[in-house]
Amino acid sequence: MKDLKVPERITEENLIELYKQMWTIRYFEEKVDQFFAKGKIHGTTHLAVGQEASAAGVCALLDKEDKITSTHRGHGHCIAKGATPDKMMAELFGRTTGYCKGKGGSMHIADVEMGNLGANGIVGGGIPLAVGSALTAQMKKLNYVTVCFFGDGATNEGSFHEAVNLAAVWNLPVIFVCENNQYGMSGSVKEMVKIEDIATRAKSYGIPGVVADGNDIIEMMNVTNEAIERAKNGEGPTLIEAKTYRWKGHSKSDAKKYRTRDEENEWREKDPIKRLKELLISESVITEEQAESLQKEALKEIEDAVAFAEEGPMPTKDDLLTDVFA
Amino acid sequence: MREITYLEAVREAMSQEMRENEDVFILGEDIGVYGGAFGVTRGMIEEFGPERVRNTPISESGIAGAAIGSALTGMRPILELQFSDFITIAMDQMVNQAAKIRYMYGGKGKVPMVLRTPSGSGTGAAAQHSQSLEAWVAHIPGLKVVQPSTAHDVKGLLKAAIDDDNPVIFYEHKLLYKTKGEVPEEQYSIPLGKADVKREGTDVTIVATAIMVHHALEAAEELEKEGISAEVVDPRTLVPLDTETIINSVSKTSRLVVVHEAVKRGGYGAEIASMIAESEAFDYLDAPIKRLGGASSPIPYNPELEKMHVPQVSDIIQAVKETLNKA
Repeated sequence: MKDLKVPERITEENLIELYKQMWTIRYFEEKVDQFFAKGKIHGTTHLAVGQEASAAGVCALLDKEDKITSTHRGHGHCIAKGATPDKMMAELFGRTTGYCKGKGGSMHIADVEMGNLGANGIVGGGIPLAVGSALTAQMKKLNYVTVCFFGDGATNEGSFHEAVNLAAVWNLPVIFVCENNQYGMSGSVKEMVKIEDIATRAKSYGIPGVVADGNDIIEMMNVTNEAIERAKNGEGPTLIEAKTYRWKGHSKSDAKKYRTRDEENEWREKDPIKRLKELLISESVITEEQAESLQKEALKEIEDAVAFAEEGPMPTKDDLLTDVFA
Repeated sequence: MREITYLEAVREAMSQEMRENEDVFILGEDIGVYGGAFGVTRGMIEEFGPERVRNTPISESGIAGAAIGSALTGMRPILELQFSDFITIAMDQMVNQAAKIRYMYGGKGKVPMVLRTPSGSGTGAAAQHSQSLEAWVAHIPGLKVVQPSTAHDVKGLLKAAIDDDNPVIFYEHKLLYKTKGEVPEEQYSIPLGKADVKREGTDVTIVATAIMVHHALEAAEELEKEGISAEVVDPRTLVPLDTETIINSVSKTSRLVVVHEAVKRGGYGAEIASMIAESEAFDYLDAPIKRLGGASSPIPYNPELEKMHVPQVSDIIQAVKETLNKA
């Protein structure tokens, strides 16, 4: 991979793992999609198919001590930050073996021990929390960074403004990653934001704003690496805008009347997984056969996760009132 | 014992805790050299420095979230909101995040933080700076709610709140800041969920919160002159609520008047009255329960109108007499 510019800490092994991880995310989402269609899972869910590169690319640069906050579309972030699909699937099945004992569901998966401070059902709700996590790092002189994922829609919330300004004036080690997937539910970013790039908003807080191709995992890793260096050098936050696209609808009941099939097909051509595969093959990191076998391993992992989820016990009435207070 | 003000007791509780525990810090608007909107943190930045007495931008949602996120990762923040009315702006963070995180995460993670904020009317600050909104937060599972009425209680309850591993909304009544009382110099803790019988009596129970505790005690003095013995119970914390003390008192006196400053409609007094109606104390009741609370209007500016909005000592006396058929 001599022609490939990646952060120093990223090895060929890492790239191979990331390729597989992106398939794990995609298969997880597709399986969940199927289960919803069949009525096998209740509630609702928001899938990140097509957005795998930003989750995997950003988290590839994080250590266990580093933290993330995530969004309602958070399954990919969870997996990328080290969560295992079995306990995630069990959570979606509402089982006690799930990450949240079946009490959180799709929108609230958290794995505090692994540094995942949680998905969030409130658009923009996690942004101030990430700033708080970064404040702990600064006050306790802990050398971790906090990555805050959110969507384009969240940047129109007051919490975005308040939290980014606070992080900027306090010079906190936080990285704001806006996954601009072009739509906040049905609202096109073109209708809801007057400027071309959300990253431009960084200027008004006096912090760097970077636009990145969110479907290019290599670029995501490089911009994240720079942001981490800044944060760890005490230079404060960075706003990264990852331009991407969600292939599926907003949630399970979305007829997608607000966009065209042509537009969807254009973005499918920019499939982040396909791009990494082509790159790894052209750089002779893996062969076509190895790529296939990695993909199969990912599928197997999800099938095993489903089996684990189905075996898990259901919570009982005794569980209803536990965990309200510490 | 020495006497200090309620305000000084709040400051002392925080300062003593901050000397003991490096993880405790305060954040809020104008709490630095200005000393906070009511002067509660005055002098603290000089002792603890700007790292631990953090002056923030005017961003209630942002700073509430920063407090929660820091609590989730190992700090024990005290968040000061200048006026309790401003909780509206921090409501998503407190209600959808702080209150629910532990439950949503299946018992993993905790949010040990205190949101301190002055509430109540009587300062002429009108509709957006005078409300008592404790019923809103008491309604939310996952939040604890404290309303201290005396200098002694505020110090011990604040220590308990800081030591608690859950988000606590701590209401300080702004008219009580200057009231004085006997307060031990050393640290002490008053457990959350323990009511205090502020005055013993036999004919009627008055359950009162915050400044209404003082109105109720004044009413009880007056009533005594007429041969009526009123017991005054101060729940001190709404969540958790010490139902046992209230039930025991009502079972003894057979009459109940509930009084708070917050708007009566949907106020926490309804919860206390219902709790009694559902309890074994119901069988002992000799008269309908009386509730007193704020009028169903925004808090008016005019001082006379402002008083009319809120229950007065005379209203409590009248209500007690009605329960005794002596009105």
